[in-house]
Amino acid sequence: MFPILSTTVHGKPLIYFDNAASTQKPTPVLDAMDRYYRESHSNVHRGVHYLSQKATDAFERARETVRTHINAFDSSEIIFTKGCTDAINTVASGYSTLLKPGDEVLISSLEHHSNIVPWQMACARSGASIKVIPIDDSGTLLWNRTLLGPNTRIVAVNHVSNALGTINPIELIARNCRENGTALLVDGAQSGPHLSIDVRALDVDYYTLSGHKIYGPTGIGILYGKRERLDQLPAYQGGGDMIKTVSFQSSTYAEPPFKFEAGTPNIAGAVGLAAALNFVNSLGIDRIAAHENALLREATERLSHIEDLRVVGTAAHKASVLSFLIGDTHPYDAGVLLDHQGIAIRTGHHCTQPLMERLGIPGTARASFAVYNSTSELDVFERAVRKAAQMLVA
Amino acid sequence: MIENHTEGAREIARRQAEIVEEFSMFDDWSAKYEYLIELGRSLPLIDPKLKDDTHLIRGCQSRVWMASELRAGLIRYTADSDAIITKGIIALLIRSFDGSAPTDIVSAELEFIDQIGLREHLSPTRANGLLSMLKQMKYDALAFSSRPDLDKPTHLK
Repeated sequence: MFPILSTTVHGKPLIYFDNAASTQKPTPVLDAMDRYYRESHSNVHRGVHYLSQKATDAFERARETVRTHINAFDSSEIIFTKGCTDAINTVASGYSTLLKPGDEVLISSLEHHSNIVPWQMACARSGASIKVIPIDDSGTLLWNRTLLGPNTRIVAVNHVSNALGTINPIELIARNCRENGTALLVDGAQSGPHLSIDVRALDVDYYTLSGHKIYGPTGIGILYGKRERLDQLPAYQGGGDMIKTVSFQSSTYAEPPFKFEAGTPNIAGAVGLAAALNFVNSLGIDRIAAHENALLREATERLSHIEDLRVVGTAAHKASVLSFLIGDTHPYDAGVLLDHQGIAIRTGHHCTQPLMERLGIPGTARASFAVYNSTSELDVFERAVRKAAQMLVA
Repeated sequence: MIENHTEGAREIARRQAEIVEEFSMFDDWSAKYEYLIELGRSLPLIDPKLKDDTHLIRGCQSRVWMASELRAGLIRYTADSDAIITKGIIALLIRSFDGSAPTDIVSAELEFIDQIGLREHLSPTRANGLLSMLKQMKYDALAFSSRPDLDKPTHLK
């Protein structure tokens, strides 16, 4: 099902625990993209010819698959982007025009750089300022509705922390935002692969997803936006496909979603992402989550018995991610020693430098689990971590 | 292989051959990495004053600090890292070049890194600061070879 997983690394069978960075691709995704280019490819939305219609149908079918998957009201609320980062930038760029001096953007201590830097740019352009939701030492968000002030225009927070795995209380934050008249953007890069997402039940204004983190291809992501928000949000990039009329003096823009899809889109990526969502739904995201949660619990339990090892991120609600440190050694060393035992993990600051600074550590070693991982892999993992600890801690 | 057969160049080649021979004795990866960790632990401590932003080579993974100076026409290197395996490899680079003449360092070959199977740590995408450190060692040597009147490389002046 996942051809790349039969890879051998340093003479050992690959154990892939770097899923929070990117997941591997099942054959239905590979086949769908291959078939698209072999049988259906042309440019979308403009030709009258047979293949153009076929490509447009495939692209719009993919949009409908995404709409169903996250239970959006209308497919015009689903924008294909080049990734989750691109989706956040689309919204933040629009807000650089919507925000005024004195306005506040509220982000959290758990954010990935891609949900920090675009807002810094928007604030630099508009004169608005950034406020930060604090966390406690376990990596739990210290959410409080009083963080929302009269000038808080938008809250941008992840659903699941990529560095620690914390699941944030999005329903509550959404309710408080609604009461305060504040928009809410949820970065769903890490929740997409592990949680069932219903944007209408959550009642969020914007939700972003990454394709490659949910068994789909790279170069494709999703921006969900409530239609009334998207109507108000200024266009991000100009170009073909996003216009209604163009003269040399001025242009009028197309309606959402096309207003935000300048240029030829990543059609094969959208087709691949739809195949990935179908793959996930054929298994059931709740079953996938149950499997991953069992792995996370067992891995946490096993590692917590290793002397000199400490788990970083111990929130009550977590998904897939196990961050740890061995003694006072640098996570890079653990990563190298695990790689030589065939195990792929991520080490470093995980693009969350402010979070690492808050926790007072240079980074972590991070194992993250997906549908294809197994408890027998945890046996090898535990032995490998023990060996690394024994080599590193004199 | 060595085109410039000065005594200094031969000395660098000799030290590198010695390293290659040492590493050929390890029959598995863990013995090799245990040795690297040991080398990292025994790397002479850098003067804490040199662990500043001027001497920091920022990697995304691990950080490296390096300083060089010219003493009696020969370059002395000192370096440190927050990762112990990175430090072990630093020890090998310093052992290879330390106390050599600038021109010999500039022209020195680096094949020994491949021969001991550590090329992956000096890949441009590894972002552990090692490749940048190696380049900095050579840049400093180049700077000293063109300005032997200096005792510190020009970029630090």
